[in-house]
Amino acid sequence: MHSKKNSPVRNFFRAVGAIIWKDLSTEFRSRELLSAVLIFALLVILIFNFALELDVKTRTSVTSGVLWVTFAFAGTIGLNRSMAVEKDRGCLEGLLLAPVDRSAIYFGKAISNLAFMLIIEAIILPVYSLLYNTNLFNLGLIGVILLGSVGYVAVGTLLASMAVQTRTRDVLLPILLFPVVIPIMIAAVKASNGFLQGIAITELMPYINLLLVYDVIFIAVAFMVFDYVVEE
Amino acid sequence: MQPQPLALKVLNIASAVLLAIATGMVFFYAQLAESGPAQRIFYFHVANAWVGMLGFLAAAVASVAYLRTHDIKWDVVELAAIEISLVFFFIAIMLGSIWAKAEWNTWWRWEDNRLVTAAIMEMIYFAYMLLRQGIEDSDRRARFSAVYALVGSLSVPITFMSIRWANALFHPLVISTVSDAIKTPFLATSEMKLTFFFCLFTFSVIFINLIWHRIRLGNLEQKVEQLKLKVMQ
Amino acid sequence: MIEVHKLIKRFGLKTVLRGIEFKVQPGEFVALLGPNGSGKTTFLHILATLSKPSIGEIRIAGFQLPSQASSVRQQLGVVTHQPLLYGDLTAEENLLFYGRMYAIPDIGNRIAEVLGMIGLFARRRDLVRTFSRGMQQRLAIGRAVLHNPDVMLFDEPYTGLDQDASTMLDDVLQTVASHGRTVVMTSHDLARAEDLATRFDILSRGVITASIHREELGQDNLLSFYRQALTE
Repeated sequence: MHSKKNSPVRNFFRAVGAIIWKDLSTEFRSRELLSAVLIFALLVILIFNFALELDVKTRTSVTSGVLWVTFAFAGTIGLNRSMAVEKDRGCLEGLLLAPVDRSAIYFGKAISNLAFMLIIEAIILPVYSLLYNTNLFNLGLIGVILLGSVGYVAVGTLLASMAVQTRTRDVLLPILLFPVVIPIMIAAVKASNGFLQGIAITELMPYINLLLVYDVIFIAVAFMVFDYVVEE
Repeated sequence: MQPQPLALKVLNIASAVLLAIATGMVFFYAQLAESGPAQRIFYFHVANAWVGMLGFLAAAVASVAYLRTHDIKWDVVELAAIEISLVFFFIAIMLGSIWAKAEWNTWWRWEDNRLVTAAIMEMIYFAYMLLRQGIEDSDRRARFSAVYALVGSLSVPITFMSIRWANALFHPLVISTVSDAIKTPFLATSEMKLTFFFCLFTFSVIFINLIWHRIRLGNLEQKVEQLKLKVMQ
Repeated sequence: MIEVHKLIKRFGLKTVLRGIEFKVQPGEFVALLGPNGSGKTTFLHILATLSKPSIGEIRIAGFQLPSQASSVRQQLGVVTHQPLLYGDLTAEENLLFYGRMYAIPDIGNRIAEVLGMIGLFARRRDLVRTFSRGMQQRLAIGRAVLHNPDVMLFDEPYTGLDQDASTMLDDVLQTVASHGRTVVMTSHDLARAEDLATRFDILSRGVITASIHREELGQDNLLSFYRQALTE
């Protein structure tokens, strides 16, 4: 019975949707990971507060940096956990047995990782705004956070899938990931800072372009190479 | 164990001889620069970085080749190239740091795009080594290493561009060490230019020599593994 | 239904399967027996499309592996050591997830049907985390049967089950096998295999050394046949 409902394309999207639904349901039910990562992020901000002696003047120039470092670290925890769930009960095999293209697994996991990261960021922004009496509700800033997170998660999902299959697991992911996402950190921090300081968008275009290029290249590479990481 | 082929033996000697000549040229043939004796570091600094780049490119090519053919020989080449690149970039960074101290009185220059990029590449290499250490199955190790080598290789040019832009907007007056150096008083005379290119040539030969040795070593390691398994079974 | 010709599988430098010839007719129930390390799990993984052969030809349900692997998967139901279930989802949600991954029509009714068959309908709203190993195993079989595959592969399904759970599993397996499905099951437990299977193959050190149909066994005890095959 091969009705239109069963076309490979529809199956692909259905599978991606199923994976996203599964990840988000699991997380919303227990909210373990969400709380853990949030508390971690808040602690990082706290540490920065004391480590950097933020007076009002220095604070504005350093805000973007602090935010992105927080996102980067909190991100690795989320990525690790997301892939560990599949590895621990052998569920990855369950996904591999499904009659869909492997890239559906990649996109499903990447999108749910992205959703997770965006939720964290959406909570941290207002909290930071409150703590430091700065207005972070800036459309440009939000755009940059979106672009940066996409690139981070694109590479992160791929590398996390590898890291989780090695002996050194949790420790390995940040080591693999950070050197490779430096372009995102640079461009995102500069662009965020630019938007917060009210610099004209035309001057920030190089950074935004960089983020776009990075995102496109690495989403393409990651999804092409994902097969090699999950298949024997 | 197969003895070294004749070509390799010749190459060993050639490398040693060329290196001796190059050293001689650096100290005696090339004139003393206006900026002082510390400038002599420049010749080997760039040559080492050049070898590092060769290794980097070789690794990138090998990683793609492995993913397409699944022939373990490419994994051996990839590892050899990265190890060599790691060492030579490290030397280049050291020399660059010494030179920076002599010329600009600082051990590290964040404004130097190439220096910073090289440091990031070293981090990627170390991450690569750690990745390999954490995997026992040779097939999986080869696959994952190739994937990471590919991802790393792609990120390096982008990293370089991003550092360059970031620095350009905020440190517009700084020159980058190499391309300007070739044009400016760093290589004023033709003897100095000749020394410079001779060093590049010498180190290219050294690169081929070393990677050949390293690949042979890698192949021997494979053979040992195979024999071990036979004995166990 | 299943045809395996000259299958060799190497992991790096180690050869685990050394030239397997294996044919299964539709409707047969083959018990694949053999000592630890003989390659049973590896062989099953290859049949399940979780692993690729180094050399060899494999056809399942008319499809060629590994080139037509995704088409084959629709016709395969696999149960391995691990239950491949998400602990933080309920039994129903697990089946719903896999139902979507396999593009199963009329999913609600099908899930109810399967839950009934494995005797877990009453606990469908409970988190899988709270299930005993026996219940998880039954749910795993439910997952494997959900999309009505023609071929079922079981890897040591009785591992870790107590007597009661094992008996329940017997019933489920009988039901599953009775619908004309082709089954390949690896097992340590000769007694159980003896009751269920129509054919017995012995895998030793990477090759199939012996094969015998149930009718041919006759007076002989399976155990003595097994021992004899191993010493040859």
